[in-house]
Amino acid sequence: MMSSRIRPIVIKEFRQISRDRRTLGVLLVIPAFMLVMFGYALNFDVRRVPLAVCDQDRSRASREFAESFLHSEYFDLKHRLSDAREIDGLMGGERVRVALVIPPDFSERLLGGREATVQVLVDGANASAAATAVGYVGAMAQDHSSKIAIRASARTGRPGVPLPIDYRPRVWYNPELKSAKFLVPGLIGFILMITAVISTALSVVREKEQGTIEQIVVSPIRPVELILGKTIPYILISLAATAIILLVSYLLFDVAVRGSYLLLFGVTLLFLAGALGLGLLISTVADSQQVAFQMALLVTMLPTFLLSGFVFPIRNMPLPVQAITHIVPARYFLVALRGIVLKGVGLSALYDQALFLLAFAALTLGVSSARLRKIL
Amino acid sequence: MTASYAIEVKHLTKRFGRFTAVDDLSFTVRQGEIFGFLGANGAGKTTAIRMLCALLSSTSGTATVAGYDINTQPEQVKARIGYMSQRFSLYEDLTVAENLSFFGGVYGLSNARLRERARWAVQMAGLKGREQSLTRELAGGWKQRLALGCAVLHEPRIVFLDEPTGGVDPLSRREFWDLIHRLSEDGVTVFVTTHYLDEAEYCNTITLLQAGRLIASGSPQALKAEHIRSPILEVECDRVIEALDLLQREAWALETSVFGTCLHVSVPDEEEWRRQAQRLLAENGIAISRIDRIVPSLEDVFIHLIEKR
Repeated sequence: MMSSRIRPIVIKEFRQISRDRRTLGVLLVIPAFMLVMFGYALNFDVRRVPLAVCDQDRSRASREFAESFLHSEYFDLKHRLSDAREIDGLMGGERVRVALVIPPDFSERLLGGREATVQVLVDGANASAAATAVGYVGAMAQDHSSKIAIRASARTGRPGVPLPIDYRPRVWYNPELKSAKFLVPGLIGFILMITAVISTALSVVREKEQGTIEQIVVSPIRPVELILGKTIPYILISLAATAIILLVSYLLFDVAVRGSYLLLFGVTLLFLAGALGLGLLISTVADSQQVAFQMALLVTMLPTFLLSGFVFPIRNMPLPVQAITHIVPARYFLVALRGIVLKGVGLSALYDQALFLLAFAALTLGVSSARLRKIL
Repeated sequence: MTASYAIEVKHLTKRFGRFTAVDDLSFTVRQGEIFGFLGANGAGKTTAIRMLCALLSSTSGTATVAGYDINTQPEQVKARIGYMSQRFSLYEDLTVAENLSFFGGVYGLSNARLRERARWAVQMAGLKGREQSLTRELAGGWKQRLALGCAVLHEPRIVFLDEPTGGVDPLSRREFWDLIHRLSEDGVTVFVTTHYLDEAEYCNTITLLQAGRLIASGSPQALKAEHIRSPILEVECDRVIEALDLLQREAWALETSVFGTCLHVSVPDEEEWRRQAQRLLAENGIAISRIDRIVPSLEDVFIHLIEKR
């Protein structure tokens, strides 16, 4: 099936890769290592937030309310204060991130059937963690109020005052809201982009640098055969790296693929084709491995990290930056990956993504083979 | 073989923008001959070779290699030639055997033929028992012979060798030329460029290129006979450059040039010249250790040809 001239190139590439332990390590081990690093370090989960409580009421009702925070795993009571002025120092030194001030009239107002107010102070230095913490506090206050209302209605024997809105949020796809689940698909894209582009760019530039390309050029090998022979080994290795990442993320982060493996494989192949095309394109421009390496890093690492939605949500970016993200292939790949891995969606939901990846692959492979033809 | 010549070049021209790299080149190469292609760096040798290997198309004019047109049948040309450059384009991180099997595969050799040819190449390069060594561990001479082996693995009838002996020790250079002669005896046409003019003496035919044009062509003997009519004297003296300067000003010295620590002077009348030179140099306080008449080398021929222009 394989053209007789592609086979020797594929065999040769595999031999060279197997002899170059460092490259092989970069291709197979680094992805898993990065996954572990990113998976544990890049954690947006808000948990065990250090909390200070200043209970000025010192009643049963106020104690009960403060206790409700301690029963959750989200907060960690670090300090009980008698003077609200102490909060300033504690928060400034980052010893607490949330402080709860219960006013002296808390229980009095509740018993009187009136609304009671508590003050919540949040360290907003880390905006996203602060927002999450505020959400938690709000939910707990709500929960506590409804308990009080139910108890009150039971005591009076009157039918309960219906709560205006019964608020029962439910999170889909990632119910525990674990950031690892959100990050794993992004990491696959990030890692594949970097390794695929760098490895192909280097493999061609190495031949230019060492002059072996000359011997290829005078042989009857056609550019297409050279490109296929060069990319097939790296596609196989990148797919192996993807499998390793998925396995590691299943074992460590409990991320299981919900959708079809075939679709996952297909989309990954499409993305890889574009990435390899980009690597080849770089190799036609760069003359030394060093230059190729830097160029590859520049065009893959930053855009994929910053502009793909891997870590930073695209909708929060300024409009001009959002416009730029439309030409970052990883953006489309990530949407597709998250869809397949977390949501289990089928191809019908991912047409746009697949189409863009296809166009990107066609563009990079087309331009690079046209440029290679000039060299060959 | 239907073509009577291995290579036929007719009015071959290549321009890059306004620069003419190869200018109206015409020559023929007979089957099985060793054809030396000489010229200074930038004379257009590389461009001409790239056209003959069907890597570049010509701006005008044509050439046929092994009977195929370089512009219209590049694939056929590529499949029938072997090529080796001074950089010994082998994969340093592959073993001797792996390099041979790669190049064999690229030229579409069957397994049986590949085994046979690889055995031949290993024997030829003197690498028996070292098939499993990495190429980077081989010394220059062996690498060069292995590169030649890879280039002729598919038994091409024509081999292009682009400065094959650059950077190799003299002994290896001689052994390499023995291999070239053996190929030629087997009927392979060898098209070779070199910097070393002593190597050019081993060629059956040589052509000299200057600024993209052919300025001389023929066998080494014919070239010497045709271009060197006046005797050449070798002068060994002090302060060679100063002496060269003095002699060049005199009308009775036709051509003067420095050869290592000596001067070569082409003169119309040997006896007369000896007297004149001795007097002139003595007047300027330059001591002469000897003046001898020598057999002209190709180098003398080329200096003569290039100075004439």
